[in-house]
Amino acid sequence: MSLNDYLFYVVMPMLCLSVILVAYRFFKGPSIADRVIALDLLISIGIGVITVYSIFTSQATFLDDAMILALIAFLGTVAFSYYLEKKEEK
Amino acid sequence: MNDIIIMVLCTVAALVILIAAIGIVRMPDFYLRLSVTIKAATLGTGLLLMAAAVFFGDISVNTKAIAIVFFLLLTTPVAGHMISRAAHFIGVKQWKGSVLDELKGKYDKTTHGLESGDNPRRNGPGSENAQEQTF
Repeated sequence: MSLNDYLFYVVMPMLCLSVILVAYRFFKGPSIADRVIALDLLISIGIGVITVYSIFTSQATFLDDAMILALIAFLGTVAFSYYLEKKEEK
Repeated sequence: MNDIIIMVLCTVAALVILIAAIGIVRMPDFYLRLSVTIKAATLGTGLLLMAAAVFFGDISVNTKAIAIVFFLLLTTPVAGHMISRAAHFIGVKQWKGSVLDELKGKYDKTTHGLESGDNPRRNGPGSENAQEQTF
């Protein structure tokens, strides 16, 4: 079993199952804070999927997109929490 | 040999991410969900990036992967702290089995400052020149 077969048949399905589970929490989540951390976890799993895909195709350029996504996840969570506190204030 | 290292790293990372995803569905409470997801997702993504660094073996790619891991380790706890603080402000309920909420009543609702138990502004004299502590 080569590395590509292993990544395609074992690692990728586990990541896809994780995405489905987190998307369930993202759509269902009782409060808005649940949705925010579900979005954060979705972007983190997206970084993982991009990394596996970059190993799969031997293209190291995809890691740049992973860096951008990490930045967007952090800024999105911080902005959401900032405006949630602002909304509570008035 | 390299392939086996990459396979082990990817399998452990995928298992950790899967445990985080199951935890965010099954946990009964926002705070418990947060405590599961933040740590597990950081470890899983970091292990996947380490696997990519082993696979490529180039110094430019390795630097990029280590930079992403360092950025994740630096920013994820800050984001988790900020969203849990905001959730405590907007009144997200705790699970009914939780026994303790030490922050209850400690946050000032108007100034968003955290008051500790021995605040001289409430308890003792000399209350005029007490500094307002934000955070």
